[in-house]
Formats: sequence, C-alpha cells, structure tokens
Amino acid sequence: MTSLFVHPVLAQTGAQIVDFPWAAISPELVLFGVGILALLLDTAGVTPTGRNNRNRLQASFVAGGVILACCGAAYWQNSSTSGSNVPLLAGIVAIGAVVQFGLTAWLKDTPRRLGAVISFLGFAAALGVTIWQWQTYAGQLVAVSGGQDAVALVGTDSLLAGMAAVDGVALFTRFSVCLAGMITIPIGFAYMEERQIHRGEYYPLLLFAATGMTLLAAANDLILVFIAVEILSLALYVMAGLAKRDLNSQESAMKYFLLGAFSSALLLYGIALCYGVAGSTNIPEVGRALASLTAPDGLTVVALVMLLVGFAFKTALVPFHFWTPDVYQGAPTPVTGFMAAATKAAAFAAFVRVFVGALAPLQWIWAPVIIGVAVVTMIGGAVLAIVQTDVKRILAYSAVAHAGYVAIGLVSISPLGADGTRNAGRESVGAILLYLLVYTFMSVGSFGVVAFFERRLKKSVTLDDLRGLGRRYPQPAMAMGLFLISLAGIPGTAGFTAKFAIFRAGIDAGQLLLVIVGVVSSVIAAFFYLRIIASMFVEDESTASLAIADPPRSDAAMLGIGLAAVAVVVLGVLPGALVSLAQQAGTFAG
Amino acid sequence: MSGNILTLLVAVPAVAALLLAFVPRENVPVFRLGAAVGTVATFLVSIVVMADFAVGTADMQMIESKSWIPEWGITYILGLDGISVLLVLLTTFIFPLVVLASWEHTDRAKGFFIALLVLEAALIGVFMALDLVLFYLFFEIMLVPMYALIGVWGGANRRYASVKFFLYTLVGGLLMLIGILYLSFQAGGSFAYADVLAVDLTRGEQIWLFWAFFLAFAIKLPLFPLHTWLPDAHTEAPTVGSVVLAAVMLKIGGYGFLRFNLPLFPEATDLYVGPILAAGVIGVLYGALVAMVQSDIKKLVAYSSVAHLGFVAIGIFALQPTAASGSVVQMVNHGITTGALFLLIGFMYERTHSREIAAYSGLMKATPIFGGLFLLTTMSSIALPGLNGFVGEFPILMGTYQTVPWAAITAAFGVIFAALYLLWAYQRMFHGPIGGHATTMTDLNTREIAVMAPLVVLMLAIGLYPKPLYDIVNPSVEAVIQQVDADLAAADTPATEAETALEGEDQ
Repeated sequence: MTSLFVHPVLAQTGAQIVDFPWAAISPELVLFGVGILALLLDTAGVTPTGRNNRNRLQASFVAGGVILACCGAAYWQNSSTSGSNVPLLAGIVAIGAVVQFGLTAWLKDTPRRLGAVISFLGFAAALGVTIWQWQTYAGQLVAVSGGQDAVALVGTDSLLAGMAAVDGVALFTRFSVCLAGMITIPIGFAYMEERQIHRGEYYPLLLFAATGMTLLAAANDLILVFIAVEILSLALYVMAGLAKRDLNSQESAMKYFLLGAFSSALLLYGIALCYGVAGSTNIPEVGRALASLTAPDGLTVVALVMLLVGFAFKTALVPFHFWTPDVYQGAPTPVTGFMAAATKAAAFAAFVRVFVGALAPLQWIWAPVIIGVAVVTMIGGAVLAIVQTDVKRILAYSAVAHAGYVAIGLVSISPLGADGTRNAGRESVGAILLYLLVYTFMSVGSFGVVAFFERRLKKSVTLDDLRGLGRRYPQPAMAMGLFLISLAGIPGTAGFTAKFAIFRAGIDAGQLLLVIVGVVSSVIAAFFYLRIIASMFVEDESTASLAIADPPRSDAAMLGIGLAAVAVVVLGVLPGALVSLAQQAGTFAG
Repeated sequence: MSGNILTLLVAVPAVAALLLAFVPRENVPVFRLGAAVGTVATFLVSIVVMADFAVGTADMQMIESKSWIPEWGITYILGLDGISVLLVLLTTFIFPLVVLASWEHTDRAKGFFIALLVLEAALIGVFMALDLVLFYLFFEIMLVPMYALIGVWGGANRRYASVKFFLYTLVGGLLMLIGILYLSFQAGGSFAYADVLAVDLTRGEQIWLFWAFFLAFAIKLPLFPLHTWLPDAHTEAPTVGSVVLAAVMLKIGGYGFLRFNLPLFPEATDLYVGPILAAGVIGVLYGALVAMVQSDIKKLVAYSSVAHLGFVAIGIFALQPTAASGSVVQMVNHGITTGALFLLIGFMYERTHSREIAAYSGLMKATPIFGGLFLLTTMSSIALPGLNGFVGEFPILMGTYQTVPWAAITAAFGVIFAALYLLWAYQRMFHGPIGGHATTMTDLNTREIAVMAPLVVLMLAIGLYPKPLYDIVNPSVEAVIQQVDADLAAADTPATEAETALEGEDQ
C-alpha cells in the first residue's frame, strides 16, 4: 500500500521566483496589513468624548507615511539589484498607502463605510496578489511536475523554511476565501447597520479570519496549521458574538469558543504525538518518516485519530458537527455565510494536505474511517435538516451534508481502488477545490438572502415567514431559489458542476458505494430545499410574511447576492475554464 | 444548409425566455406574445429540420459537435435519427398550441410563459443530445419549470404533487448519473454517446447499469409500479402542465429505453424482458381498471395514460422491430390524443371549475362542438381504426405476438377496457338530458377551436395514412433491434467480434 505513495521530494528545484521568501504568503500579508489598517483607522476615530474624525485622518496620514517610508527604503536598497521584484512591489504598496489616505479623507465622516470599502479593497488586493502568484508560479510548477505521476500531490515548492507551501491548493483556496469576503461585505453592510451591531472591529476581524484561513490552506508545517487555525478561530469566535445583546448570538459565540478550543486542543495533541513519532512537524517530512515505519505503533494511531477528530470538528463532519446548527443560527447571518463557506474551504485544504501529505502511509487506516464518517455525514446532515423550520438551521445542516460530499473527494484521493491508468488523485484534489469554491458562492449567497429577509422581519427567518415572498420580493426570492437549486445539484447551476466533479472523482476511484450514498443524500436534501422554495413560491402569504412591509429597496446587499447568483449560473453553464483551473491546482497540489 | 440548425432549435425558445426575463412583469400581453413568437418560430425551424432530414436511414443526422468541457471529456453533441426527429416535431408542434390555449392566462404571466419556453428548450434538447452529460443536463433541467408549473399554478394539493413529481424524477435521474459516470470511466473518460456505445461491458456491469438507466426512464414513462406520481401531477397541474407532461415529457421514458437501455445493455435487456413485459401488461390492465372507477375526468385520463404507456413499454421490450416502431408511433399518437383530451378538459374546467364526471350530463346537446371534439378524441384514445390511436397500438400487439404471445394477448384486454371506461365516462357526461354544469356551460370559442383543429387534423391524417411516420421511424428502430440481436448472438463469441459489430453500427 505504501508503495503507491512513493514520497516525491517534490521538486525543490529552486523554483523561487520572487527574491524574498515572504512572497509565498503575500496574500496573507495583504489581508493582515489591511486588517491592521482598518483597525487603526477605526480606533483612532474613537475618543472618550465621542467620535473624532480628524484623528482618523491623522492616523491614516501617519500610517501612510510609515508605509511610504518603508517602501522607499525597500526601493532604495534593491533598486540596484537587477531582476529584483522588490522595487515594483514597493511601488504597488506605496500606491496602496496613498489610496487608503485618499479614501480616509473622503469617507472620514462615515467610518463604517470606510471600513467596508477598505476591507473590500483589501480582499480584492489579496485576490489580485493570488492571481499574480498563480501566473508566476503556474508555468514553472507545471513544468516541474508535468511529467510526474499521480503521486505528485504534495507541495512542489515550499518557502519560509518549508513552513508555507505555494501550490494549487493554497492558491485556489485563497481564491475561495477572498471571493467569499468580497461578497460578504456588501451583503452584510446594511444588515449589520440595521441590527445596530455594525461595530468597528467587524471588518478587521473579517480580514484577520481570512488571513488565518488562507494561511491554513498554505500551511506546510503542522505548527503553522495550528497557528492558522487559532488565528481564524479567534476572529470567528468574536464575530459570532458580535450581536452581544442577542442571546442566540451569545450562545453561538460561547458554544463555538468552547468546542473550538476543545477541537484545537485535540489537534494540538495530535500534532505533538505526530512530532513524537516522526521527529518533525514539517508535513512532507512527517510523510517520509511515517513511510519508513514498517508497522504503525499505537502512538501513531492515536496521533492519527486526534488529527482526524480535530479536522472533523473544523469541517463539521458527523459526529463532530453538533456545534454547527447552533453556531450558524446564532451568529449574525452574513458572518454565518462567510464562516460556512470560507472556513470549510480552508479547513478542507489543510485536511487534504495533512492527510495526503503527512499521513498517506497510514491511508489504509484512515480511509475506511473517513468513508464511514462521510456516509453518516451525508445522510445525517440531510435527514436532520428535514425536521428544521428555521431557515438558517436548515442551511446549517445542509452545510454538514455538503461537507460529507467533499469527504467523498478526500477518500477518492486514496489510491485504494484506483486502477492507476487515470490520474485519480489529481482529479480528486481538483474536484475538492472546485466544490469548495462553488460552495462559497452558494453558501454566501443563500445566507445573504436570509440576511436580506431578516432585516425586514427583525427576527430569525422560519419557513412560515417566507411564505408567498416570491410574489412580493421576486428578485431576492428568485436568487434564493437559484442558490437552493444549485445546492440541490440540478444541472445548469454551479452546484451540479461541483457535485459532478466529486461524484466523478469518486467513481473513478472506485468508491461506488460512497457515491450512491451521496445520491441518496442529495435526494433527501432536495426535499428540504424544495420546502424552502415551496414556501416562497407555492404557498400563499401568511400573517407572518405579510408583516414584512418594507418595499424592497435597491441596496448593496442585492449587489452581493446578484454577484453570487451570476457566478452560480456561469459556473453551471460554462464551467470549462474553472474546471481546468482546478485541475491545474490539483496537478501541483499538496 | 447552416450547420447549427439543431442548436437553433434549442436556442430559439431559450433566447425567447431570456429576453422575456428582462420585460417588467406588468406587461402581460408581451409575455404571451413573446411565447407565441418563440414557439411558432421554433416550430418553423423544426419544419426546416424535417425537410432536411433524410428519411430511410438509421444514421444519426445533422450532427453538431462542439467542445464544451474538454477537461472532463464532455462534448456538446446534437443529432437526430428517425426516433428523435418525430419526438422533436411533436414537441415543437404541441407548444404553440399550448401557448394559444393559455392565451388568457394572466396570473403571474411572466413566470408562466418563461417556464413554458424553458421547458420547451429542455425537451427539445433532451431528444437531440448525443452526449450523456448533455442529455442529463436537459433531463434534469426540465424539472425546474415543470415543478414551477405544477407548484405555482397548480390545484389545491399542488405542493404535495409538485414535490412528489420532482423527487421521483430526481431519484431516477441521479441513479442514471451514477451509471453515466461509470460508463464514461469505462469509455476512457468520454461522455459522447458513440464512445460509450463502443464500450465492452461485462455481464455484471451491464446488469446494474441497466437498472440505473432503466429506473430513471421507467419512472419517467411511467411504468407500473413507479407510476404513482403521475396521477397526482396530472390532477394538480394546470391544463398546459398536464398537456406538456402527457404529450411530451413522458415520452422521454420510451425514448430513453430505445436510445440507451437497448443498445448499451443488450444482454441485461434480454435477461429482464420477462419481468418488464409483465410490468407493462400489469400497467395496461391496472391503469385501465383504476381509470374505470375514477370520478374525476382528469384523473381518469391520467390513469389511461399509465395504460397507454404500458403499451409503449411492451412494444419496446418485445425486442421486435414492428412492435418497437409501433411504440414510437404510439408515443407520438398518445401525445396528440391525450394532449387533446387534457386541453378539452381544461377548457371545460375553466368554464365550470368542476371535473367531476357526475356533475355533468347532456353536454352533447348543450355544447355540440365540444362534445363532437371530445368524442373524436375519445375514439382516437380507444384506438378506433381509422384514427391515429389504432395505427400505433395495433403494430405493438401484432409485433409482440410474434415474440411474446402471452404479453400481446393479455395486453389486448387493455384495449377493450379502454373502450369501456372512456365510453362509459363519455356516456355519463355527454348523453342524457342537460343537467348539472352542462346547463351553464358555453361552447368552445374560436380560439379554442383553433387550438384543437391541428390536433384533430393530425388524428385523422395519421389514422388514415401512417406510412410517412413509419418510413421515418422504421430504419432507426430496426437498427436498434438488429443491434441487440447481433450483440446477443455475439455474447458467446469473443468480444472483439462484438466490438466490430458495434462500431459498424456507429457509422
């Protein structure tokens, strides 16, 4: 079994394109920097006597000055080095410094708007940096691993002393996280405003959470995995409890914190044991060390189980899912959407990397376990959703079921049953990445529509509240219908593309039974998606839904929802480009 | 001739739907006009296609092939043979009539007409798709507009009926999807029909793949005992929903059997012919008996559909060319006849809001045009010689008798039962003194007669001279049946021979 996983020492052929190692995590640096800036600008404007917008401007000026000075220094040091990228980068960062000052000057009287715009630009910049990374690295990495077999799964290039991997999984997950952030901001703006929880720390926390997520996807060392998990979790604990006067939100934050801490501890324990066995925390190193073991001892198995449980908690696989509905229900809805989509993308990326990178030699132990977990997750998530009436809870359980579908891809990476002629491993990683990106749009979009209706309802949305809204709010209701149809996996929507990719990977890897369970789960899930659709379009209005009296206004939320809807349709009809992208990501993934 | 005419056939209704989506919903007349233009234009395109179609060959014609998702081996391929061209024509023919029949529909007209157009595009596409994923796309995508038609514009129990319809078909579709994925895996990653056809499957693989596909189509057809969604869907659906469902959508089941089950899994087909024929026969008899006791005329027609489509299944799985050709013609005829019956019932329901048989009496005297048309359509439904129903059912029975006599003999009782329940219902509603709702009922208006006229003309024309239909269908059906026979004969001989035979069949 282990022979299938000859560990590729992964072409460490000096594929460093950028002449300073931090470039590997430059999107994280952008997100983090913008987060700090947003925090600074917000706190600067708050004085004991109330708001002081001049302070905000001053802070922006000072920050901009410091950044400009650093850029100048970097430029001056490297301008003589030929072929250096630093001067160009310094220039771009300097432009950013000027832009933030301009924005602050323009929006200094509306701090929330300023935070939103700056964070949006931050996500956009991180996305841009990721695209740049992709373009720089893609050519080289494909050339390096192009001739290799299915085994070329683990990071082809690692930077920062092997701490961070630069590969398809990391880059693709950054796409997902940044896009989730960019859609969440317009969706959440009016919602947070109207619930009066539009606090200054919301945007910095969003950016810090995203930093943790992208870092988690890129982490090539178990220590960095843990640090990234903590960065994203701490930010999300606070965000879940932003509505501090709402008991549900408090419960959500508390539950998330306690169970999150518990799962982090398990993860850390697993990492420690792993280090004990392998003598290293570097993921490829661990893989090589484990491959040399003739038979795994008890300690290794315990480490494996700890890691498995830790990741299962983070990705909400049954039976470690029970925090999901409560946390998702209580958290402010835009936060829920972001959390459901982006956390899942990041955690699964790390899941893949750790289990296929480090624990591949133990595949014969974990693959059957994950198969079992996937089965109960798919069925459990779908069945539990049926009896819910709160729309957010339904979507939360649906998120659990969807995690189960992704787990099909995870098992399909396993060489178990692969006939060797097809590059099943690569396909599966591509399928997982594709699924997570598509799920981002569906999840953020559907929670966005729920947030839209919640604003008008001033309370959480139940199926009864949605009755007849298809008539009165055709646009958001149609968008919701589209997201739900996509979640159900009807062709012509992105959800089908994603499900098709996962099922295809499963069939190719010989996991026929798992795919059949996936089908059964899809049918059960279709039932409760149809319940929501039927409430909106089939039922007549109820007294509860008639209480929603506001006429629909054009606002930013519809822009965010519209973006997600367009993505869902385009990726459903013409997914070719994305499929190819995801497959490339799978090619040099790890 | 331009090389994209089949794409045009799908694109015209789809683009019409897209354009209408941008019209504000207050402009009700725009939507029906747009739908009328879209469906009529599609019909005209289909006439051109028919004129272009070479009769007398079994080959796929007018093939259009474009790269779609090459990373997954998915291609956009459309093509027509004798079986599909008839069903495409039936679709494009029914839809303008459906739009005309719902001319006065004003309740949320925007969604209504857009749903109709999307439905038409998907239905046309499903008959022409020659890539398995493309087929699946059209197969599933039509669920959404149909679900909306039943769910939004349906009767009192619409929620239950629409969800039942959706889930039944989804189950079948997803099973088929697994089969499709597995087939493509065996075919080296290609989803194209021709490539999949060339795959050499073991007997065990054939058996489970056969069922994966069979269940999808048996639910769609629907074959006893998977028919239970149909009466609910028909009863709750608005008139046009019932018409489209009966006239076109159910035909996907029979089409799927002929296109996929028989050619792809001949050995498995041969293995299960007995039980399937039995299910068909039970469907014929059971549908007829249940129809007999219905008090709701629409439900009666719905159960008569179960019976009629049982004949289709029998004709196909008799594995005999005459019977199979009869099945295809029967599908077309059932579309015309049952479509007409549902339209007539819809016209009646619009006037009186009652479908109870007992609530009517003496309609023949009160509304002679309506009565006359209903009588003619009923006669066609019970397969009176000289009308279209006969020319489909008779060859089915005749052909089946040659290979599986018991099925033909027992199914023949279904024809007698059909006469019984339809004429009995007709007698109760249309004869006798004018009473019940008949006292207030007005006769059909010009628009409604205009809807019925083309259908009546076709009933007579096909009934008197069915040869053109058979000329189109026969070569393709014969090729399918011969291929099955050849595969069965080759099942014992080395696999290479079977492969050559298959490739020769492809072209």
